[in-house]
Order: sequence, then C-alpha cells, then structure tokens
Amino acid sequence: MRFYLSLFFLGASFLGFSQECNHVLLGEVIDFHEKTPLAGARVSITGKNRFTTTNESGKFKFDGLCNGVLELEISHPECTTAFMTLTMDGDHFERIFLEHHLEELDEVKVTGRANPKKTNSSQEEVLSKLTMEQFSGASLGDALKSIPGVSSLNTGANIVKPIIQGLSGSRILMLNNNVRMQDMEWGDEHAPNIDVNANQRVSVIKGAAALEYGGDAIGGVIILESATLANKDTLFGRTQLNAFTNGRGGNITTRLTRTYDNGIFLNGQGSFKYLGDMEAPEYILSNTGVQEMGFSFNAGKRAFIQGWEAYYSYFNADIGILRASHIGNVDDLIQSINNRVPNFIEPFTYTINRPNQDVTHHLGKASYYRRFEGLGKWEVQYDFQQNRRLEYDVRVGADAEKASLDLRLTTHTLSSTFKVDAYEKVDLKVGALGRYQNNFANPDTGVRRLIPDYDKYEVGIFSVSEYQWKDGLVLDAGLRYDFTRMDAKKFYRTSRWEERGYDVDFPDIILENLGTQLLTNPVFNYHNVSFSAGLRKEWGNDQLFRFNYSLSNRAPNPSELFSDGLHHSAARIELGDLRLQSESASKVSASLEKTGSNWGYTLSPYVNHISNFMLLEPSQVEFTIRGAFPVWSYRQTTALFLGVDAAIYKHWLPRLRTDHSVSYVHGTDVDLDIPLINMPAPHFQNSISYNNPGWENFNISLTSQYVLEQTRFPENIFVFSPIQEQEVELDINTPPEAYHLLSLDSQMVFDIVHPQDLTVGLRITNLLNTTYRDYLNRQRFFVDDLARNISVRLIYNY
Amino acid sequence: MKKRTMNPTMKGMAYLFSGLFAIGTFVSCDNDDDNPEPVNEEEVITTMNVTLTAAGTTVTLRSFDDDGDGPNAPEVTVSGDLAANTTYAGSIELLNETESPAEDITEEVAEEDEEHQFFFTTGGAISSVTYTDQDGGGNPVGLSFDLTTGDAGSGTLLITLRHEPKKPNDGSLADAGGETDIAQSFTITVE
Repeated sequence: MRFYLSLFFLGASFLGFSQECNHVLLGEVIDFHEKTPLAGARVSITGKNRFTTTNESGKFKFDGLCNGVLELEISHPECTTAFMTLTMDGDHFERIFLEHHLEELDEVKVTGRANPKKTNSSQEEVLSKLTMEQFSGASLGDALKSIPGVSSLNTGANIVKPIIQGLSGSRILMLNNNVRMQDMEWGDEHAPNIDVNANQRVSVIKGAAALEYGGDAIGGVIILESATLANKDTLFGRTQLNAFTNGRGGNITTRLTRTYDNGIFLNGQGSFKYLGDMEAPEYILSNTGVQEMGFSFNAGKRAFIQGWEAYYSYFNADIGILRASHIGNVDDLIQSINNRVPNFIEPFTYTINRPNQDVTHHLGKASYYRRFEGLGKWEVQYDFQQNRRLEYDVRVGADAEKASLDLRLTTHTLSSTFKVDAYEKVDLKVGALGRYQNNFANPDTGVRRLIPDYDKYEVGIFSVSEYQWKDGLVLDAGLRYDFTRMDAKKFYRTSRWEERGYDVDFPDIILENLGTQLLTNPVFNYHNVSFSAGLRKEWGNDQLFRFNYSLSNRAPNPSELFSDGLHHSAARIELGDLRLQSESASKVSASLEKTGSNWGYTLSPYVNHISNFMLLEPSQVEFTIRGAFPVWSYRQTTALFLGVDAAIYKHWLPRLRTDHSVSYVHGTDVDLDIPLINMPAPHFQNSISYNNPGWENFNISLTSQYVLEQTRFPENIFVFSPIQEQEVELDINTPPEAYHLLSLDSQMVFDIVHPQDLTVGLRITNLLNTTYRDYLNRQRFFVDDLARNISVRLIYNY
Repeated sequence: MKKRTMNPTMKGMAYLFSGLFAIGTFVSCDNDDDNPEPVNEEEVITTMNVTLTAAGTTVTLRSFDDDGDGPNAPEVTVSGDLAANTTYAGSIELLNETESPAEDITEEVAEEDEEHQFFFTTGGAISSVTYTDQDGGGNPVGLSFDLTTGDAGSGTLLITLRHEPKKPNDGSLADAGGETDIAQSFTITVE
C-alpha cells in the first residue's frame, strides 16, 4: 500500500538566529478527506533515532532540534510509510495531510480489500493473472469464459463475442481504459476489437448496476484496465511468447513501463499474432487463419491532488472466415447441414483468402483529474474512436478485390464526473457525458449498404451513491438518464419499403424517390431512465451477501433498426425494423459468497425480465432469381431469463485443490411461450490442481468441461427447396449434442536474474481430440469445432 | 513557503458545471446535410429468358426478379406446354432490366464463358439436357443446349448459373462449386 502526502505550510515561523539545538517541531497529522486527526501515526526523524506517535488529536512534538533540513518518516497502521523533508529555521509547526483512501491508486479502500470492486452489490468477478496469461494467445472472449455465467457466441475460433448470463452484443458494455468501446458490437460476427494483452486487469459485472458507465448494459459490463503503477523511479518490462500447434503459429506481446517518483509514467505495449488455418480433429478448417496486431501507449502523471493521462491504442485484425461457410442459397445451406462434412477442404496455409474481415480500431483519450480537499475528486475525459470494418466475400470478376462491406464508425465522447468522498459513511458520484457518432458506409463496394450512414447523438447524466449503514452493511443506489438521437440516411428498395408497411407508417421521411429505391431520413429519439439499488453485507472474515435490483433501458442499435439485405457469407437476408422501441430490463440478482482459506463458494441466482426484448431469428424464406434465402428478422417480445451461476472450491490437502462450477440459464419468449434462440446450454466445469512452491513454483491443473445439449430452442422453419422440389425442414435451430472436453495446464516459475522472473507454461486444450460442435458457434452448420491444441508459453519479467 | 487556499465546494461545482457546459456545447454541433449516393449494384441479373424451339413451335420459360434480394419473388412464366418425346433446341438470354434500355448480360457470359457454366437438373417428364456449346477450353457453357422430353406428364427443369466454377467438372453442382448467379426451377407440362 502506498500513499500520498500533501503538505500545506500554514504555520507560524518563529524567527530565531540561535545556533543552539533547542528548537521545537510541532506537527499535526490529518486525514485529507475527512479533515479529522489521525491518531497512532508513527513519526520518526530519519538518521536521528528519534520517534514518536501522534496522540488522540493527531498531534506530535519533537524538541531539542537544530536548524537545518530534516527528513520525516510517517507511518500509519493502515498505510505504508511515507517520507517528507522540511527545513528547520527556529521552531516549526507542520500540518501533514495523509490520504488513506488511496482510491486513486486503485489499491485500497479503507477496508484494505485486495481487489476493489466496481460496484457494491452486483455480481462481479475479476480474471486472475494466471487466466490472463493462459489466454494471452487467444481472444478476450475465450479468457472471459473462465468466469461462471460467461459464455460466448462464436463465428469460428477467432471471432468470439462474450455472452453474460445469456445476453450479448449491444447488451454488453466494454470499457477499455475507461473508454466505452464503439466497435460495431451490433453484429453477431463482430468480435470486440480489443487485444487481450493490452490491459492487465479485466473485471466482469453481470448486469446493469454499474450505472456510471452506461444505462443500457442489460447484459453486463466488461472493464479492462491498465495495472496501477507505483510512484517510484523504475523501469520494468514483460514479454510473453506463446506457440500453438493448432494454427501452427503463435503470438508475442511485450510491455515496457517507466515510472518516476514524482508520479510521471510512460507505458508502451505491443502484440502481434500470426496463426494459419485451424484444424478440427478430422480436417483442416480452410481459411480460418488470423493475423492481429495491436499497440498502445500511455503517459501521464498521477499525484494525489491532480493528475492527467493521455492514451492511444491501435488494433488491427485480419480474420479468415471459414471458406465452407460461404454458401450460395438455401439449397447450399441444406446440403451443408445434411452433409456433416465441409464442402471445401484445402491443404493448410497461412494465407488468408476470401471471405475475411479486416478491422482496425483507433482509440485515443485524454483525461485530467483534480481533487478538492474535504470534498472529492473531479475528472474530465475526452475520447476518440474510429472503427473501420472491411468485410470481403468471395466475389468474382472485377469485384473480386472489393470489400462487400466497408463501414467507418467515428465516435467522440466528452465526459465528466465528480466524486464526493469526504464523508465517512457516504460516497456520491455524479457525472455527465455527451457523445457524437458518425457512421459512413462506403458506396464503392457495389453492394447495397447493410448499415446506413447515420449520425447519433447521446447525452447522459447519472448519480450513484453508497452509504455505509452499519458495520459491514453497505447500501447503494443509482439513477441515470440517457437521451439518444439517431439520424440516418437510408436507401430502401421500394418493394421492401412497401412490404414492411413503412409506406403507411413512415410516409413523411422520404427525401428522394429514385424509382426502384427511396432515400429516407429516419430520425428517432429515445429517452431512457435507468435505476439500480442494492446492498452488500459482509460478516465473519470471509463471507459476503449481495443483493441488487436494476432497471435498465437500451435504445435499438443500427443493426436492429436498419439491417436490410443479403448477407452473402451467411446466405441469409437480415431485416431490421424501424418500429423497434427501447428494451427495458428489470433484473434481480443475489450473490452469496464465502472465500475461506480452506474452502469457499459463490452462489449467484438471478431473474431478468426484459420487455420489448429485441431478437433476431429465422422467420421465413424469400425467393430471388438466385435461389431461396432464409430471412432473419428482428422482432420484439417479452423475455424472461432465470439462471444461476455457482462455484465451489476446496483445499483437500495444502497443495491440492479442486474447483467446481455450473452455469444455467433458462430463457423464454413469454409472449409466444417458446424458448429463446441462442441460449447457452447448461455447462459444468471441474478442475483439480496441484501446486508446489518448492519445485520452482510448479503448478498443474486438469480441467473438465461438460456442455450439455441445449434442449430448449425455437422450432426449425420449413422452406421450399428448388432442388428437392418440395418443402423441407431447414434444420437451422437444432442444437448439436452434448460434449465433454479435457484441458491440461502446467507451469513453473524460475529465478534467472531476478526472483521469479521466468515463467514456462504448457497448455493442452481438447486433450482427447474430441470431435464436437457447439450450439453457440455459428459455423456449427458446416464444420466440427477445434481439435487438440498444444501450446507453450514463456513469460519473462525484467 | 507555499500556501494554498481554496473554497473546495464552490470550486468543485464550478469545475463540474464548466465540464457540463462544455459537453452541452459539444453535442449541439450539427451534421452537414449531404445525402449519401446510391450504390451502383454491379452485374445484376433481373431476367432469364429460355427459348425452346422444335418443329417451328417455340416455348419460352421466363424468370423475372426486379428487386434482387428484395421481398418480391421472381415472376416465373412458362409460355406453353412441350410435346412428348421431342428434342428442343434451347438458348438462354440474360438481361438487366433495372437499366433502360435493358442491358444484355448474355454477351458478358459469352465473353467470359470460361468463367461461367449453366447446369440443368431435370425431373419428371423432362428426360435430359445436353450442352451444344463450348468455351475456349472445350468445356460446356450452356447458353445453348438440347432438351429432350419423355412421355407426357409433369416435368421440372432447374437451371443454375455458376460463376467461376471448377472447369472441367463432373457436371454436378457440388463438384463445380463457384458462385450461384441464378438458380431457378420451372414446372413444365409435357403432353
């Protein structure tokens, strides 16, 4: 624990020219926030073997001092030692302000909790350092799946969208270094544009209770942060190298940090990943390579009174999309589903061909904070993001090199918060933000725009507070208002416009009639209020109960409103709906936890009732001269999610531990009384691990993952197959069978130059090379999932 | 000697409100009113006309889809019945009728014949289809063909145009691969 110390030379100067050593130093140690004296602080004069302790009123006194420079060392039971120098010129009075909240350095609350939580009462988990290292070569979504209740919606192995308690996409807010990611999270095949190695701390809040970040995080919030840097003069770095057999490649990530004792820091990080085609147990998954590069820099100064930071990060990923998943029309889809073997298998290659995605994300921010003694802390931040997404389909002739989708999303956000933390029992934080976003869909693709050009404006204000009612019982409440204005310019085919009934409902928004198509200007305003309240009760040394209610509202995203057209690579027509209203979720969650040294558990049930829930599902079939295509359309319904995440661990022997967890979610479309689509199947995870610090910190664990078959799914649709000349069932919703996977992870930590500076790890996933398909992988219609992967990791700290 | 004095509450609020004011100013900036330009869709095929001729009689099969991936299904028309146990000479014409005058896509296919092939899947009273044309590599194209009918009854003909198929191929769609430009089935009465 470190702390900051502020000096205010308020005192009286006693003039005196005597050379005798008979001067007096009087002092007072005061809490910066509460302006209350700190008793029991030990004050010593370095090099003089003189020390004393502050009395009940925070006062201390040294006498018999000479004129000249003194160094004082001040320590307090709740804090680490701090130093200050002062010049004695006669008798001297010094008032010393100590900070013991240390929230700025994210290290402490007064309770001394090692992992400060982001919210008081909602279900919340943090990824361990070991997990971050194990998944350094994978994607963020893969790493997050180690948390019970988090699963993923995949498009192959490299596009992994996190699902929290059954909800994904725009319902999950990603906060990257305190910047809300704006990276077209609306699409099922749009993975978060984040390098898993760019941040050292990842926490997941399940649910919408973290109102300061947004009112629409119906699914939850994923917070990625840099590590806290100490204010000392040092330079350190870390490099991790991973190599994989599946994909026949690897990645490297490195970080270098320079800090100074005055609080200035410089930090640079870069990652590079190169993987060829992935493999299923029986065949190569052709065109599933990935090439990824990311780097980030930040610089700033953190001091107790004020500080600033500038941050920039760049991320680029070129991701191959399974060639066999590119299909022509519904007959090809039927054939692929029935065949069980992909229709396109080529020899292994590192080359990424069509179809593929090339996405680039720039993120820059500048922030400043200032603390006001006896009141709190003010922060202001501006951030800028630009997301460019190029999607390439298999095209022929003159269009072969043209992207089929070319979107550029630019976002500016200005936000400010004020946190009042001067009162012992109450913390209050208020804030506001303004955001402007522009989407530009490049018309040069020669393909009708799937997402139109638009301008979006957002304004939000919030207030969140915590109140320490009794010892160990903390209450919290928050309120937020968001305004969203969507102003789009969209072309509709006249036939689509009429088929959707927009000619009746939206006759006034037509700007131009171009014969077969209409240029329209949909403008929608959404006003949303969100609310959260809860309590947290701690008892014993290691037990905790949390209860939270949150009401959150989310405005429809551009995909839900405007999607309109044929997704060539998915052979489906996607249709948004201009009539969609904001969806509104009421969620009650509780969590009972014990974190004992011998054993512990977490039991987290929840109920989430969402009205106007927006969902995309296959609804019908449309015919074109190119064949028939299933139509996936958005609709709204009332949805009910009931679920529980549970985990338990036990140390059977001092070095032998087992972990067990289960996640279950039951999602129902209440209006139609049918199961919801794409709900994670019940999932069990059991692991046994052994560690022995005496053997170079040897650690080994074996994990079993058992995913049941999802038995609750909407019915398949029936389509007319031109080839079969009849109506056939399109087996598009039937989930694959249950599967069981084993994985092994082991590592040792060696002392090379410094203690514990080299880590060597081995990881084997799908140990038994099991053939399986996962319900939440969109490529399950075409191919089996990943085969065994053996990976080695080397981590060196310097 | 440094001395700091501040009225924290007032100053804090002043900062907060100046921040809010800045946000207000910031979001009120307006966008320009430039309208986006429409996308020029390339290589659109709206119409396939299949002409079957035997002994002076002509039957035309037509599929017309004016809105591509829009909601309207193609209009499929068959101008008449075919005679039983007869061989018809067939030819295919492709048009883009979203342009005026209509653009003839047949020429493009003929020029790039090594990158195109029609496939004919027959059923019922339609016995067989044989290619009567070749590309530069000696492989079939299908812009012209012979169609033979069987005994009277109902028959089906599925015509698929593949762009950049594997050539030569074994005649099946699965082997040919490539991109589907057209997939249209016709129900034909043979009497």
